[in-house]
Amino acid sequence: MSSIRATLDKSIKELEQDVIELGSMVRQALFEALRALKERNSVLAEQIVKNDDQLDDLSRRIDQKAVETIATQQPTARDLRVIIAIIRIVTDLERIGDLCNNVAKQVLRIADRPLLKPLIDIPRMVEITAAMLEDGLQAFLARDPVRAEKMCLRDDEVDGLRHQVQRELLTYMMEDPRTIERATALLMISLYLERAADHVTNIGEQVVYLVTGQWKDLNL
Amino acid sequence: MKRRTRNATQSLAFFLLTICCLLIVVPVIAIIVYVATQGGGTISWQFLSEFPKNQAREGGIFPALLGSFYLMIGVVLFALPVGLLAAIYLHEYAKQNPFTRLINLSIINLAGVPSIVFGLFGLSFFVLLLKMGSSLLAASLTLSCLVLPVVVTASREALAAVPNSYREGSLALGATKWQTIRKVVLPQAWPGILTGLVLAVSRAAGETAPILVIGAAFSPILPNSPLSQFNAIPYHLYVVATQIPKMPKQIQWGIILVLLAMVVLFNLTAIILRIQLRARKRRWGL
Amino acid sequence: MMLDFSVKMKTESVSLFYDKTEALKKISLAIPAHQITAIIGPSGCGKSSFLRLFNRMNDLIWKARVTGQVYLDTVPLYNPKIDVVELRKRVGMVFQKPNPFPMSIFENIAFGPRVHGLHDRAKLDEIVERCCLQAALWDEVKDKLRDSAFALSGGQQQRLCIARVLAVDPEVILLDEPCSALDPASTMRIEELMQQLKSQYTIIIVTHNMQQAGRASDYTAFMLMGDLIEFSSTKELFTSPQDKRTEDYITGRWG
Repeated sequence: MSSIRATLDKSIKELEQDVIELGSMVRQALFEALRALKERNSVLAEQIVKNDDQLDDLSRRIDQKAVETIATQQPTARDLRVIIAIIRIVTDLERIGDLCNNVAKQVLRIADRPLLKPLIDIPRMVEITAAMLEDGLQAFLARDPVRAEKMCLRDDEVDGLRHQVQRELLTYMMEDPRTIERATALLMISLYLERAADHVTNIGEQVVYLVTGQWKDLNL
Repeated sequence: MKRRTRNATQSLAFFLLTICCLLIVVPVIAIIVYVATQGGGTISWQFLSEFPKNQAREGGIFPALLGSFYLMIGVVLFALPVGLLAAIYLHEYAKQNPFTRLINLSIINLAGVPSIVFGLFGLSFFVLLLKMGSSLLAASLTLSCLVLPVVVTASREALAAVPNSYREGSLALGATKWQTIRKVVLPQAWPGILTGLVLAVSRAAGETAPILVIGAAFSPILPNSPLSQFNAIPYHLYVVATQIPKMPKQIQWGIILVLLAMVVLFNLTAIILRIQLRARKRRWGL
Repeated sequence: MMLDFSVKMKTESVSLFYDKTEALKKISLAIPAHQITAIIGPSGCGKSSFLRLFNRMNDLIWKARVTGQVYLDTVPLYNPKIDVVELRKRVGMVFQKPNPFPMSIFENIAFGPRVHGLHDRAKLDEIVERCCLQAALWDEVKDKLRDSAFALSGGQQQRLCIARVLAVDPEVILLDEPCSALDPASTMRIEELMQQLKSQYTIIIVTHNMQQAGRASDYTAFMLMGDLIEFSSTKELFTSPQDKRTEDYITGRWG
């Protein structure tokens, strides 16, 4: 016998699928931005900037769907928290997408010149952020607050890496003023990536909220 | 202080109401008991199944009993279909217009017409004009006219008691009006209609004036066709009580008891039907 | 916004008069096929009267007069040549208070087909089973088809009434506040039932419960004092209605 709220359940399922789709688009943007940087590929960087529109469209569509679901289905309790969480997660995903966009714009600035140094820390930051994102979205699907909290702890790693990059680049800039432009671009990129990881921890907070109804600041 | 007077007033009121109830019930019981004791001795199988002898001073009342029985069958055969169909028309089909108002008025008036007037009508119309003679048929038809208002009114009430939601539900399924009446309304209304019929027959059983005027025959011959002459209990009683000298009192009381028993029996049947109707309502949630 | 759908029933400038009073004022509305259309509005706005136009139940009310036209597919219904009995086979109705006949569950559902001439016992059995399944009632009644319909709960009785309507194989099902006499769980059951039925039938539901209209319908029409104020997809009407009166009603700032 089907649930007497089968329609609401279906709507929520669809919204979840949409969030996962948006999440994978964002992950792809992260890796593509990294590749564009490594390969100094301006064509790819421009593509990323264009793709950001698609990402924004999907975000808006999910938002609209969520609003319609609230207006027509009157979800309460957990159902309502799920939909609220979805709306907030979408906001964070869209912000991450914007940050990838910003990374791509920085790449466009320095793509014509050779890299300052082989990239080690920045790719590491991307890896961790992408892994955190995957973890966060899976925790959301599984409604697993423990997994979400564990994921949020890795944010410290990303912060640490950013500090490292900053120290290194400062040294470069002090030694050789000709490197300032490229160093600044890399510095900005690392900042964007750190902010991206912060947004991913927000996703973790949403998962905890939706399961427990409590707000817990996991961005420590 | 106030509460004590209120309680006292209540007790006094209940007491007076109880007295009134007794005033109604006691006479009825008294009559039944008196008649039963006076006539009980006469009642026997022979009394009911034998023919009267010696100008009804001895023997039984079988012809009158049979005549009454045939009369009541006649009333059922005529009054039920006519009365029921009229009730169906008036309740289910008729619109509010001067014509239906006239019909309603006529029914009310018909109920108030004295029974002897019915008798005279029956005499001039059925017996003489339609040349039926002083027959069972004429008497049945006359008595049917007399009780028609009872049948029509009871049937109408029974039909009205069927909730409209059933009719709507049936029509919304694509049934015609007549199908709705036949399959949904009538089955529900039937107990009420039967109750009305039983009461009508009960009334007809006790009517004396019409059969007197139409011309019942105080004869010991059994009626063998609708057009033959007949006797009936009320007429037999009338003749026995007033026309025949030296009539033994027991015979008179016996016939009175039979008549009373018939009426009581019919009313009991109507009550039982009513009880069944209420039980059915509870079970089927009308 | 242009609403793009295939039209099952339609009213064209339809007005309804009770004696001299104009209860419905020149309403033109298209009902989408295989969708659930809800009609909402405050008490007395005429939504039940409007619903009854679709199966000509207003004919039963003395002194009710209809001008304008109502169409089923492309056939005009207010036409002396129309067989009302046939019409009510194609357009069925479920009422506000469950009104099963005082018969057994089986007899209730078999009533429609019987009245239309079907007496084959095997076929009737099959129809009763099919309709009970469709009305999500079979599991609950399959062992007690001979029992009185009144042995069922209110929600079950209403599903029985739905099964009864399904038995005559309609194309359109009209529901006049079908849940107003039911508890919330039974109400939701019937809403989900409607979702399952809409693939085979076109459904029009009158409801004074706005949340129900939001949950259960695809399109919503808002009526006020005999007028049609707004008609659009439910999602749109409940998120951004065009008319202020609609918004006032929906947000509960009415009166």
